[in-house]
Amino acid sequence: MPDPILQISGLDAHYGDFQALFGVDLDVAEGEVLAIIGANGAGKTTLLRSISGLTQNAPDMIQYRRAPIGGLRADEVANLGIALVPEGRQLFPSLSVEENLIIGGQIGRKGPWSLQAVYDLFPILKERRAQQSTSLSGGQQQMVAIGRALMANPDLILFDEISLGLAPIIIKDIYDALPGIIGEGMSALIVEQDISKALSVSSRFYCLQEGRVSLCGASATVAREDISRAYFGVA
Amino acid sequence: MEWVNAIVQGTLLGGLYALFAAGLSLIFGVMRLVNIAHGDFIVLGAYLGLSVTTILGIHPLVALVFVVPCMAMIGYILQRGILNQTLGGDLLSPLLVTFGLSVILQNALLEIYSADPQKMNAGALETASVSLGDLSLGVLPLLTFGIAVAVIAALQWTFYRTALGRAFRATSDNQEIAQLMGLNRRHIFGMAMALALAVTAIAGIMLGIRTSFDPSVGGGRLIFGFEAVIIGGLGNLWGTLAGGVILGVAQTIGAKIDPGWQLLAGHIVFLAILAVRPNGLFPRVSG
Ligand SMILES: Nc1ncnc2c1ncn2[C@@H]1O[C@H](COP(=O)(O)OP(=O)(O)OP(=O)(O)O)[C@@H](O)[C@H]1O
Ligand SMILES: [Mg+2]
Repeated sequence: MPDPILQISGLDAHYGDFQALFGVDLDVAEGEVLAIIGANGAGKTTLLRSISGLTQNAPDMIQYRRAPIGGLRADEVANLGIALVPEGRQLFPSLSVEENLIIGGQIGRKGPWSLQAVYDLFPILKERRAQQSTSLSGGQQQMVAIGRALMANPDLILFDEISLGLAPIIIKDIYDALPGIIGEGMSALIVEQDISKALSVSSRFYCLQEGRVSLCGASATVAREDISRAYFGVA
Repeated sequence: MEWVNAIVQGTLLGGLYALFAAGLSLIFGVMRLVNIAHGDFIVLGAYLGLSVTTILGIHPLVALVFVVPCMAMIGYILQRGILNQTLGGDLLSPLLVTFGLSVILQNALLEIYSADPQKMNAGALETASVSLGDLSLGVLPLLTFGIAVAVIAALQWTFYRTALGRAFRATSDNQEIAQLMGLNRRHIFGMAMALALAVTAIAGIMLGIRTSFDPSVGGGRLIFGFEAVIIGGLGNLWGTLAGGVILGVAQTIGAKIDPGWQLLAGHIVFLAILAVRPNGLFPRVSG
């Protein structure tokens, strides 16, 4: 097995007095696509927030290329090459579509992704580039959010429910585009409620239940019953 | 003709008010911080100008070369050292801290420069005027207005055409997501305060050439700046210029009716506009 790019061990996360994650262990290999599944409130977003530095943790709980990053701020983590496509897209309303993409790339990391490359991937964005980002449809906004993260040329990209609130046909388009995105040697963590979508694009999966890893394994061979048990906690 | 004169003079006076207001508007726009000490920073700018002109024996306008970067540096350090710590929670803590700053600044200026009114000497510039038909326009008010327009245009350009401005807008939209783009909001806020105090330095020097000042006049300048921002609409820089002009014209027309009414007329127009349009005349439209 190749070297892990990300290694999480014993991760606890809190919102004030409320504990959202309990001793989560997880690792992502270089170039691997990992799916994180779990019911509402299981802690998936909290996990991605912890990795990206939006939630602070003990430094050693999260290691990136063997360096402890759990205590870093989000902008420091971003500079190391980790990008997040946040839940609900969260574009900057004061910025045009193109500015949203440019600001994603302002870290200045080298790599295959540029404005042109994003426009090649999502041609509709080029047509809409001067528009206010909030004037786009949900699917187009999701393309901007993905493009914005790619512009940073990350080594590890985190997707938080990119299908949320989108029409099935749009979801299919975006998932069809995913292999082309991740194929460039990037590692990816995909949080998704749609279990079959998540399993189809990943090599391994982790299932979270009430802040704990309830199951993990190979995406191709896992049995459905095992997943529903891990997902809903039915004995 | 006298009325036309009052309107023209008021418009030019509005340029100075827009200079008072621009920094306030910028700071509120980027980090939702209301800086109660803003007026005292204008006065600090005037005093720094006074010191530089007397020590180096240079013209006040040349002193800008020293005072503007100096105030920008103070702004950055102030923001990173103190004000950043007050942000993120409720609105009250930055209000209290900047109020405290205001008290400290006033007393420090009083200690150093005494309470005697002072003025900067700009030589012939102060009395020079040009005639335009029947109107006689002072060169200094004209210059102040021109500088105000240039400053607003430069800020507008910075906001909408530069990487720094993009970072300002993104951070203002959503601080967390801006951090994900690799932007350190503490630094971005520091830059915003540096820019605001740089503009404040210009405001202070134009004030100090135009009238005499003492350590206690900051509060009044804060009010004028504040009124201009609110009249124009929060977060709209050209609106701030318009707000300054409306305030200036209201004051000169008020003074025309009765010299004692100058300030009152300004406040009344401010309140009237606030009552009719609580978001100001030109609330923020981005782009
Ligand atoms: N800002 C917050 N303050 C307090 N509790 C929070 C906060 N955000 C999330 N939580 C709680 O933490 C737990 C995990 O939430 P999280 O958002 O990580 O779940 P999730 O798996 O992403 O859910 P979803 O599928 O709904 O997005 C939930 O119980 C949630 O109520
Ligand atoms: Mg979530």
